[in-house]
Amino acid sequence: MSPFDYTRAGDVAEALRLSDRPAAAYLGGGTNLIDLMRETVAQPQRLVDVTGLAGDIAHTTDGGLMIGAAVKNTALAEHRAIRSRYPMLSRAILAGASAQIRNMATVGGNLLQRTRCAYFYDTDGSRCNKRSPGSGCDAVEGFNRGHAILGASAACVATHPSDMCVALAALDAVVHLDSRDGQRSLPFVNLHRLPGDHPEIDTVLEPGELITAIELPALPVAANSTYRKVRDRASYAFALISVAAALEVTEGRISAVRIALGGVAHRPWRAAKAEAILLGQPPSEAAFRDAAIAELADARPLSDNGFKVPLATRTLVAVLTDLAGEPA
Amino acid sequence: MPIIVNGSPAALPEDPRVSLLDFLREELRLAGTKKGCNQGACGACTVLVDGERILSCLALAVQYDGRTITSIEGLAAEGELHPLQMAFIEHDGFQCGYCTPGQICSAIGMAAEIERGVPSHVSADLCADVAPTRAEIRERMSGNLCRCGAHNGIIDAISETMTAEKAA
Repeated sequence: MSPFDYTRAGDVAEALRLSDRPAAAYLGGGTNLIDLMRETVAQPQRLVDVTGLAGDIAHTTDGGLMIGAAVKNTALAEHRAIRSRYPMLSRAILAGASAQIRNMATVGGNLLQRTRCAYFYDTDGSRCNKRSPGSGCDAVEGFNRGHAILGASAACVATHPSDMCVALAALDAVVHLDSRDGQRSLPFVNLHRLPGDHPEIDTVLEPGELITAIELPALPVAANSTYRKVRDRASYAFALISVAAALEVTEGRISAVRIALGGVAHRPWRAAKAEAILLGQPPSEAAFRDAAIAELADARPLSDNGFKVPLATRTLVAVLTDLAGEPA
Repeated sequence: MPIIVNGSPAALPEDPRVSLLDFLREELRLAGTKKGCNQGACGACTVLVDGERILSCLALAVQYDGRTITSIEGLAAEGELHPLQMAFIEHDGFQCGYCTPGQICSAIGMAAEIERGVPSHVSADLCADVAPTRAEIRERMSGNLCRCGAHNGIIDAISETMTAEKAA
């Protein structure tokens, strides 16, 4: 691990002041960053520990929740209002990593874990545009069973590994940011980038910008929601495909729907096309299938991950069918 | 503020690169906590921080200033084995023993999580009380690997200890 200096920030202002240099990085639970530093993939010269900031979950005046960026993943998953009103979020978190890692990892850190694949870590043996821009990508024609089918580029085919973020993408979450230039907020779905020609940049954050909170809107449809993850083993594995979905049916027609997919792209994939097709339709397996097929129409599988297209389609149909309940 | 390890205060390392795992093993000479993968995949380095289970390999020691750490050495108070340690012996919950300290610390943290009602991936109802069934224990212990394949004995030992504690 390369040398660095370490400071625990006492408040946001101090954190912003300490990060006033390109080689500074904010430290949450460290479950991704420390690992990347040990492998010399990440080499910050200064760590600004922000785990002492914003650790509360508060009700907002318009019926939503404001989640401090330093809230631990376990604390969010077990929060009573999350379990009852946003079950997909609780389930997504509980489907991710291991209990020990969920106890360490913060919400802000989960958002800012690197979009990555095994080649990203292989400093000795592989080319990776994300690690060394312009060096090439050994995944495109390599072992790419777990890689992206949507929104990828010739430069990078890695997938975003977070489960929690798939739920946040479906839930219309808002990210609150602070920087030396002031505060701003942006829709969660705009936080992460597609790789394009610059896969080394995962998010739209400016240097030194700090995530202070994630806001969930009231979103009544989320009470009937879930998260389903398909992976190679029953627990503690990244998603091959995952689906976060919420569905509300009123008088025989879909009156609200939210869908996001994981394991398919460089960022959590909000399924806007599928939602647009379903809204106002009577819920049926055929309608769910049409919506899934439309969402995946632009899929471009690689040599080893063609199975993800039918797997995503079937998983989405199964989740929506479960949420629709018994036909009336 | 010093870090408290198994009831005793200790000075933190000068170099912030020292992981909590290396701090315990190399500086405090508490070699009970094991280094398996050193990348957060195996759970052998699991310790308790203020009663919560974490992976000491992915933790910098300096992050835990002022916190209370319990490692496997802190469980056998005055030489008396912890009930879970007894149960691991009784149920052959290990073969080589390398993953055992992490398994035991993890199981103690898990019991506290179940006690306060934290749901898991296999909980059918997110809002209901959690019963420590074998399926729940297996899921919740998935971050602790045993390459000898003693998982069934491990589940037996944890299951018996949790049932006994509930009855007591």
